[in-house]
Amino acid sequence: MTKDECKKLVLDIIADIAPDEDLSNVKPEVRLRDQLQLDSMDFLDIVMELRKRHGIEVPEKDYVQLASLDSCAEYLTPKFDALAGKN
Amino acid sequence: MNTRSHYDVAVIGAGMSGLAAGIRLAHFGKKVCIFERHNAAGGLNSFYSINGRKFDVGLHAMTNFVRPGVKGTPLTKLLRQLRIDRDQFALCEQKQSRIAFGPRGETSLRFTNDFAVLEADVAEKFPAEIDGFRKLVALVRSYDDVSLDAKPESARAVVRRHVTDPLLEDMLFCPVMYYGSATEHDMDFGQFVIMFKALFLEGFARPFEGVRLVIRVLLEKYRSAGGERRMKCGVQRIVERDGRATALVLDEGSEVTADHIISSIGAPETESLIHLGRAAAGEGEPPPANIGRLSFVETITILGRQPDEFGWGSDTIIFFNDSPHFAYERCADQVDPRSGVICFPNNFDFGPERMLPEGVLRVTCLADYAHWANLSENHYRADKARWFATVQRSARRFLPAVEDSALDAATLATDMFTPRTITKFTGHFGGAIYGSPVKHRQGRTELSNVYLCGTDQGFLGIVGAMLSGISMANYHILQKG
Repeated sequence: MTKDECKKLVLDIIADIAPDEDLSNVKPEVRLRDQLQLDSMDFLDIVMELRKRHGIEVPEKDYVQLASLDSCAEYLTPKFDALAGKN
Repeated sequence: MNTRSHYDVAVIGAGMSGLAAGIRLAHFGKKVCIFERHNAAGGLNSFYSINGRKFDVGLHAMTNFVRPGVKGTPLTKLLRQLRIDRDQFALCEQKQSRIAFGPRGETSLRFTNDFAVLEADVAEKFPAEIDGFRKLVALVRSYDDVSLDAKPESARAVVRRHVTDPLLEDMLFCPVMYYGSATEHDMDFGQFVIMFKALFLEGFARPFEGVRLVIRVLLEKYRSAGGERRMKCGVQRIVERDGRATALVLDEGSEVTADHIISSIGAPETESLIHLGRAAAGEGEPPPANIGRLSFVETITILGRQPDEFGWGSDTIIFFNDSPHFAYERCADQVDPRSGVICFPNNFDFGPERMLPEGVLRVTCLADYAHWANLSENHYRADKARWFATVQRSARRFLPAVEDSALDAATLATDMFTPRTITKFTGHFGGAIYGSPVKHRQGRTELSNVYLCGTDQGFLGIVGAMLSGISMANYHILQKG
């Protein structure tokens, strides 16, 4: 999986959680919290949707890795690849 | 026991909070079942039919209304958490509401979904208080009211630091208390903040169809997420072992097991299910403590004309009080008609050319459960009729005058609920709509895998109830994997 594909999957999740946010200009290097109105309940939902849709586990200590789209891609792409490798 | 089934989570009660908890849990793959004793969902906010006419109960208005684009408020949070599109609730805004105090409502504060209206009215009617009022509002805005571990504090004491005129103080407390407080005289400041935001800083709205639409949306969401629901299937007792619940015994006698139980039925009511379980196991247990002391009656008058034709077309909700002091307390008689709430469900902005088919006038007053609970059927009916007239007469002092004969001629049907009705249909002890005065923010009970949600968890109003279900499902179950 490319990092762009990974970012797309994260954006898809955010679009479902927060349909009232405009996601057309999300800057990948800027913290999501600084450009979108996402609170701790929303971040918890991103984690839970990753588990539900893709079987990806994000332990609580790693939540900071989900701060921006770039950091999401850095952190999650290897996890997606590892899962794909198993199948 | 061949009927035994096992769930990840069993939810007791299909009210707003139980349904919201169920939606969250089912969405994230938990095997969940909601058990509801009544034949209709909605709990304290439901509806019923008499002679083909549908009556709403509970909900006068959905509080916490904010317009599209306003984020970070309870309504937005719950729509996101439940994956509900706000268009599905099709909310129509109130016209205006009033707080009317004095024997004829001489002092009146108007409010709408635009907070500036209330602020301007306070500045006009209480010029010496406006600076203090603004400071109070600033404090309310900055207060973290959804914290699960805030320490209790007297709301009267906090408000008095900013507002010195006892009339203004009572006028601010009247709507806030009537729309959610389970405690007499005073309330926790955190609860005051929740309600102040819900009523004044946010606002009132309702779907054209009323509470039925909200319930239908929640039920459909729950069903499509894979949740199960068993109606006319109450829980008789909770079976425990080593400080954990192991099973629910249903009214019809069969047993269901679950890893977790979320109970929306109230703290004393849940405690009672646990105690009944112990009694069945041969242990003696004390009766539940902290049953709420406040109950209500509501009169409902169905009119063949629109309220507007009586000059009653501008106010959506009126909170009234005729006495020098506002007494929010268990009353000495069956009903306390000195203060109350008038609601015209017609007076929302439903859009051009769209109006409810019939006029509806609802009036709510404080009432005492003990005075209603044990009446014989004949006395009960007679007392209902007598108080209906008293309550409606009291409320009409705060409305533009209409001849009795004109109102009588337009009246198509009436109904009234009492504390007894509330207990019969919701199971709340003491007819206590707002539950126990003791709230359990973290939803904990004496059993480690039984959690409370709904009114006794302490988020108030219908939006608060749904957020409560969401919060408890998240906090106790989903966050733990």
